Amino acid sequence: MKNKLLARVARLGGLSSALLLAGCELDVLDPKGPVGEGVKTLIATSTVAMLIVVIPTILLTLLFAWQYRQSNTSAEYLPKWCHSNKIEVIIWGVPSLIILFLAVITYQTCHSLDPYKPLEAEANTKPLHVEVVALDWKWLFIYPEQGIATVNQLAIPVNTPIDFNITSDSVMNSFFIPRLGSMIYAMAGMQTQLHLLASEPGDYLGESANYSGRGFSDMKFHTLAVSGDEFNAWVEKVKSSSEQLDSQTYPKLAAPSEANPVEYFAHVEPGMFNTIVAKYNNGMVMDKSTGKMIQVQQSAMSDMNMKE
Amino acid sequence: MLGRLSLSAIPLDVPILVGTFIGVVIVGVAVLGLITYYGKWGYLWKEWFTSVDHKRLAVMYIILALVALFRGFADAIMMRTQLALAYAGNPGYLPPHHYDQIFSAHGTIMIFFLAMAFMTGLFNFIVPLQIGARDVAFPFLNNLSFWMTAVAFILVNVSLFIGEFSQCGWLAYPPLSENQFSPGVGVDYYIWAVQISGVGTLLTGVNFFVTIVKMRAPGMTWMKMPVFTWTAFCASILIMVAFPVLTVAVALLGLDRYFGMHFFTNDGGGNQMLYLNLIWAWGHPEVYILVIPAFGVFSEVVPAFSGKPLFGYSTMVYATCSIMVLSFLVWVHHFFTMGAGPDVNAFFGIATMIISIPTGVKLFNWLFTMYKGRIQFHACMYWAVGFMITFTIGGMTGVMLAIPGADFVLHNSLFLIAHFHNTIIGGVYFGYICGMNFWFPKVMGFKLDETWGKRAFWFWFVGFYCAFVPLYIVGFEGMTRRLNHYDNPAWHPWLLVAEVGAVLVMLGIACQLTQLYVSIRDRNLPQNRDVTGDPWNGRTLEWSTSSPPPVYNFAIVPHVHELDAFMHDKENGIDTRQAGAQYEAIHMPKNTSLGLACGIFALIFGFAAVWYIWWLAAIGLVGVIGSVIARSADKDIDYYIPAEEVARIENEHTRKLMAQAAE
Repeated sequence: MKNKLLARVARLGGLSSALLLAGCELDVLDPKGPVGEGVKTLIATSTVAMLIVVIPTILLTLLFAWQYRQSNTSAEYLPKWCHSNKIEVIIWGVPSLIILFLAVITYQTCHSLDPYKPLEAEANTKPLHVEVVALDWKWLFIYPEQGIATVNQLAIPVNTPIDFNITSDSVMNSFFIPRLGSMIYAMAGMQTQLHLLASEPGDYLGESANYSGRGFSDMKFHTLAVSGDEFNAWVEKVKSSSEQLDSQTYPKLAAPSEANPVEYFAHVEPGMFNTIVAKYNNGMVMDKSTGKMIQVQQSAMSDMNMKE
Repeated sequence: MLGRLSLSAIPLDVPILVGTFIGVVIVGVAVLGLITYYGKWGYLWKEWFTSVDHKRLAVMYIILALVALFRGFADAIMMRTQLALAYAGNPGYLPPHHYDQIFSAHGTIMIFFLAMAFMTGLFNFIVPLQIGARDVAFPFLNNLSFWMTAVAFILVNVSLFIGEFSQCGWLAYPPLSENQFSPGVGVDYYIWAVQISGVGTLLTGVNFFVTIVKMRAPGMTWMKMPVFTWTAFCASILIMVAFPVLTVAVALLGLDRYFGMHFFTNDGGGNQMLYLNLIWAWGHPEVYILVIPAFGVFSEVVPAFSGKPLFGYSTMVYATCSIMVLSFLVWVHHFFTMGAGPDVNAFFGIATMIISIPTGVKLFNWLFTMYKGRIQFHACMYWAVGFMITFTIGGMTGVMLAIPGADFVLHNSLFLIAHFHNTIIGGVYFGYICGMNFWFPKVMGFKLDETWGKRAFWFWFVGFYCAFVPLYIVGFEGMTRRLNHYDNPAWHPWLLVAEVGAVLVMLGIACQLTQLYVSIRDRNLPQNRDVTGDPWNGRTLEWSTSSPPPVYNFAIVPHVHELDAFMHDKENGIDTRQAGAQYEAIHMPKNTSLGLACGIFALIFGFAAVWYIWWLAAIGLVGVIGSVIARSADKDIDYYIPAEEVARIENEHTRKLMAQAAE
């Protein structure tokens, strides 16, 4: 109810209407998941709150400029007037109130839309874990529970919270699926987290939002949001691939490539993600549940040319 | 012998660069030839290159800024053209290797060499005149600052033709900018250009801080200081605090690249997040360094053309100072998406929003300055009103980006690009051009042509919206910055509109050039000449002296009684100039060639360091240190203008004023 009202107000505010008139699809403002919905409501609310000051300011600028033009000799001219406590109170007060309002919703949404916060799910759905590795210039997705991995294609079941664990084995990137909501950086030696959920099936664009060099423009992937059964079928399809991802095949995959096609790996060596993170931390990786640094199995690491 | 420099470093295979090179050579030879033909080398050397006069340096800074504008804009329109073409399988005409250099150079040049140089030019011209001083506190450092900035700009342009420029964006984020991922010379060009110009900027900050603290005319207490000087003061403090952070951040990156250290590398214990924090601890104050003086310009222009004092002077001062302080508390908003906790993000988001309160107050102050005024719609007022409308929108989108939750989908999108161009073009650029139109007669003794000034404004204003509103929209469509090509059919029409906007802006720049040409051509027409030195019925001290001012600015240092000192004097029949008083010999600094020498050695050092030509780098470094020592040992640094000469110049001006009054 509240969201609907806000959306309507936003439309009145002019922003949406101007854009809708243009007949274009606004990925960010037409989200397909609760995170994106939350962000959209936030953008609409804050825009409307600010328009309360912005529109009068612009109108007054034009009005005063016109009204007090030199040729309009009938307008009052006060050549000495330069102070008014009343006006001072208003020009400090009204913006301060609006910022106070925005500060409150900022604080609230910082917590409610925190990318690290697990999403609430219906009782019988278990979150799906996906480990994401940004490479030059492609995305590697590891499904630890399914034991599979893919490149540049991310399939997810709808209405299931997805827990992403994200790192990079190259430069900084930003993992972003505009239709689903928030993004987060991918950095070597570090793990960032993101929680998203797709509420509608579809094929959504995924991309890197942080420039990462020559092949950056083609660092795109498809996000296939599908039903649970279709997802299981997709997992089987990946499992039927002849490729394996282990410490022998990984260096070849990690070597720079541009506009990399979709790849499937039927089997992925357990602990691969931790090994990639640990490469940059003297073989250590942070254990998410305890926050402590733990040693990763040594043998896998030495195979992966850690200084590369 | 030549380090890693070889013939293959010259990009003969890139026709755009070869063509540009030929163009630069032709224009360069023509300019040098003309100077030789007219025998102006001695004049240029004596009156300009070696000058320590703040007014001369101001003009050179602004010429440098305009040259940087052409280079930076050429980059901009090439990018827009690439994105208008490179759609659905068409690779466009710029391969990533070239395109990535262009966007990196565009940002670097526009910030460091257009905006910073223009701002410093305005400081140089106006601040000493506004506070009734005869020069800045350290005239030699002023000359040195200019040459450091100029040679750094030369270094950036050398990279066009020898080697390559950085392909890591204007802030060169590691680890991409580390040797492992960017082994070429591009990032090294970036590092040395930023470091050399950073020296110049830091010295400028120190110089103007001391000038404003120590050299105000008697009676000019802090709260009688003109607003532009206040903004220059706040910007100088920001420079002194922020630029050392930049120098350190880029120096650490240099240590990684040159000495194999591990400050920001992926491995060896490096941490890229440290660089982001450092660079933005400079980067955010930097945008306020640029925009606060633009606010200062509007605070002078709007009252002058509204025929009223500035509404809420003290509010304006407090707002400026609070923006100055707050600008240091917001840097994390450039990377909310790096994984900080919700409380950290909320703190920096809210701190950012709070800045919009004093900024909004400033807008209202200009608004109520116009209220019940008699507004003359001079070209300056077009830029001012255009700014007020545009900057309000930019401020709103800025607050949207300041909300971490919203930033999670808008970060690094073209929405962000549209936002900061909205504030930097609509705020900084409009402000500086407004200031240029306003103070031009003071600098040159004749006015800028208004018709062409207004045409330039309309092309810029409409062109700006046409170029950047589409970017806001494609930002909502999920288009990220720095893309070289794309497939999304929804983006393409908007990028075509943006291309049209870029062309309109180009016409705006053409109008500005025409404006300069027409104004110089018609400079002797009586309606264009500024005989009185006070063409706009000005309020502050710079309008009390002749246009252009004599080398010593004020024969008798003015006494300040009130805010808007010159207006106060005019209204009370006080002669600010005290014409006919007993003149005394005036102590002035002497010209010196050591600033230029230092700059040239710094250029040699920078170039050699980029290419690992260590013997040449040693020569450059020794030269820089030697020039500084030579300057320190130089005792012949000042002279006196005899009282008779002062009297002659002043009487001449008085005679002109009388003749004007008699007409």
